[in-house]
Amino acid sequence: MDLSAINPVLLVASVMVSATPILLAAIGEMVVEKSGVLNLGVEGMMITGAVVGFAVAVNSTSPGLGFVAAALAGALLSLSFGFLTQYLLSNQVATGLGLTLVGLGLSSLIGKPYEGMKTATLPKLDIPVLSDLPVVGRMLFSHDIMVYLSLALVAAVWAFLKYTRAGLILRAVGESHDSAHALGYKVVRVRLLAILFGGACAGLGGAYLSLVRVPQWTEGITAGAGWIALAIVVFASWRAGRVAVGAYLFGGITVLQLNLQAAGAAVPVALLSASPYLITILVLVIISARGMHGAPASLGRPFHAST
Amino acid sequence: MKRRTLLASAALAATLGTAAFAQDPTKACFVYVGPIGDGGWTYQHHQGALAVKEEFGDAVEIAWQESVPEGADAERVMTQMALSGCDIIFTTSFGYMDATNAVAAKFPDIKFEHATGYKREHPNVSSYNARFYEGRAVVGHIAGSMTKTNKIGYLASFPIPEVVMGINAYYLHAQKVNPDVELVVTWVYTWFDPAKEADAARAMIDQGVDVITAHTDSTAPLAEAAKEGGAVIGFGQASDMAPFATNDDGTPGPRVTSIIDEWSPYYVKRVKAVIDGTWEQIDSWSGMPEGEVVMGEMTDVIPENVRQEAQGMIDAITGGTYHPFTGPINKADGSAWLADGEVASDGDLLSMDFYIEGIDAEIPN
Repeated sequence: MDLSAINPVLLVASVMVSATPILLAAIGEMVVEKSGVLNLGVEGMMITGAVVGFAVAVNSTSPGLGFVAAALAGALLSLSFGFLTQYLLSNQVATGLGLTLVGLGLSSLIGKPYEGMKTATLPKLDIPVLSDLPVVGRMLFSHDIMVYLSLALVAAVWAFLKYTRAGLILRAVGESHDSAHALGYKVVRVRLLAILFGGACAGLGGAYLSLVRVPQWTEGITAGAGWIALAIVVFASWRAGRVAVGAYLFGGITVLQLNLQAAGAAVPVALLSASPYLITILVLVIISARGMHGAPASLGRPFHAST
Repeated sequence: MKRRTLLASAALAATLGTAAFAQDPTKACFVYVGPIGDGGWTYQHHQGALAVKEEFGDAVEIAWQESVPEGADAERVMTQMALSGCDIIFTTSFGYMDATNAVAAKFPDIKFEHATGYKREHPNVSSYNARFYEGRAVVGHIAGSMTKTNKIGYLASFPIPEVVMGINAYYLHAQKVNPDVELVVTWVYTWFDPAKEADAARAMIDQGVDVITAHTDSTAPLAEAAKEGGAVIGFGQASDMAPFATNDDGTPGPRVTSIIDEWSPYYVKRVKAVIDGTWEQIDSWSGMPEGEVVMGEMTDVIPENVRQEAQGMIDAITGGTYHPFTGPINKADGSAWLADGEVASDGDLLSMDFYIEGIDAEIPN
């Protein structure tokens, strides 16, 4: 075993890239769940974002435009979920699962002509001074813009929920939609906006996979990342900061275990491979044992003004 | 009058019936572990399926199911196929082995063909495989000749004989040409997860590996290698993966050659046997001589002399004069495996659960 082969600078750099897709999807889903809606369609919205982003980036040769299109596509798909669950009061769990299936099917349909193609990817930023710093320059300040955008988004969501009136309303809707309704807040409208935001974030996360992390389109490219994002929201007990911790922890362990393997660590490979999931389960158990769930009280419950 | 009409229509129905029976197309069905669009393993199997359709036209109907997980789901899919009138079912992943045999027991009239496995518990189950290790030997030679860091990587899926065989063939021929070469194996426990494959490739590259061969199904490892601007090379796996031979800016890409699985001849042959009624259980294991394992075009990134040596090896294997596992070869624990000039038996290869001497790692179990 040769642990010195693992370069911590490169390790942290690849963790940041590896965690970004799930971080984007998870922070969006957290806002959705904060408003009291459980959207299990993250995987479907992610993969739709991945394929639409890729297709637009290929045709326009602009990855930036690809990300915008991916966000729109994710939001559009989530709108169908919003319409079904908020206006037609369909079951959120079933509709969310349906959304995933639709997304997977739709993406392979759209993606057929793009298989095997390559796309322009986001350039790594060259930030004056910071990028040239020894060690941390390469580690933290030489990524593409989406990595920083995802972290900025986490901070923005945190500030929004904590300090703004709109954030307070969103949380009120998620805790008790009846009280929020009695106070005159438009529950359905707030939830729809949250669902749209969640869809856009999932779309961005998917596009990050197909435009930066893997840079190509293959069917099933998300390979379950959406489900991990859902788990991370619970893991984070619905707090923005912890969502970032969760995503980086998961991404970190995934990358670390591969690095340990490549360095020939004397740990059973099966255990290393399962470690990201084991640790997620472990943290979930600890959180439950301490009784800090923090789930929005109205999570997953349908709302109708007449009831 | 009435009776005559009745008789006439009965006769007509009988004629129609036989006519319909004669034209009833043979149905060939395929179970895939990944999506057809993976650009690798499943893509190649599907090319084989399309070749069957092309060959027999209306006499054959093909059907397939993509991304079928190995396990209980596979059994359900195969049962569904058997019930829907498939005459022959190709199950194209190692992990379908038990499911294939279980379903075959219930449908003795339907032929089952399982790829890369070894269990044939019922007379209606055949198994087929390709000698991928022949291709691995050639890329191993190229890897050993071309590495600058003396660290070559193998992105492994599951610890099964098929993969272990590939690792050994790769390393054996790399260290033959370059005794200082060190092999890094990374297990990802998946056949298809582009993001994870990219991560694993990245982990190896970060640790100084500059030649990566993949035993997974997507093109993600090559895409990751492409980010290194020519410092890291790789190989097309299962399919040609030709788009990675050149970068967008016209510079040479990371894919310097490829190991192509060519299933078409086998699929055409076996479906024909079903049509003719001559299908019998077999255990097929073909390679370069039969055209089932084909090397993709070697790019100019490979130095001229290495290209010639590799071509010589391909010719020798195709001509049957060279077996990639020819002794003397010791096992990793130092015990002897093959004596000088001894050639590995198929049985040894198909149950291979050990590394050869020089690989400093454990096979996970």
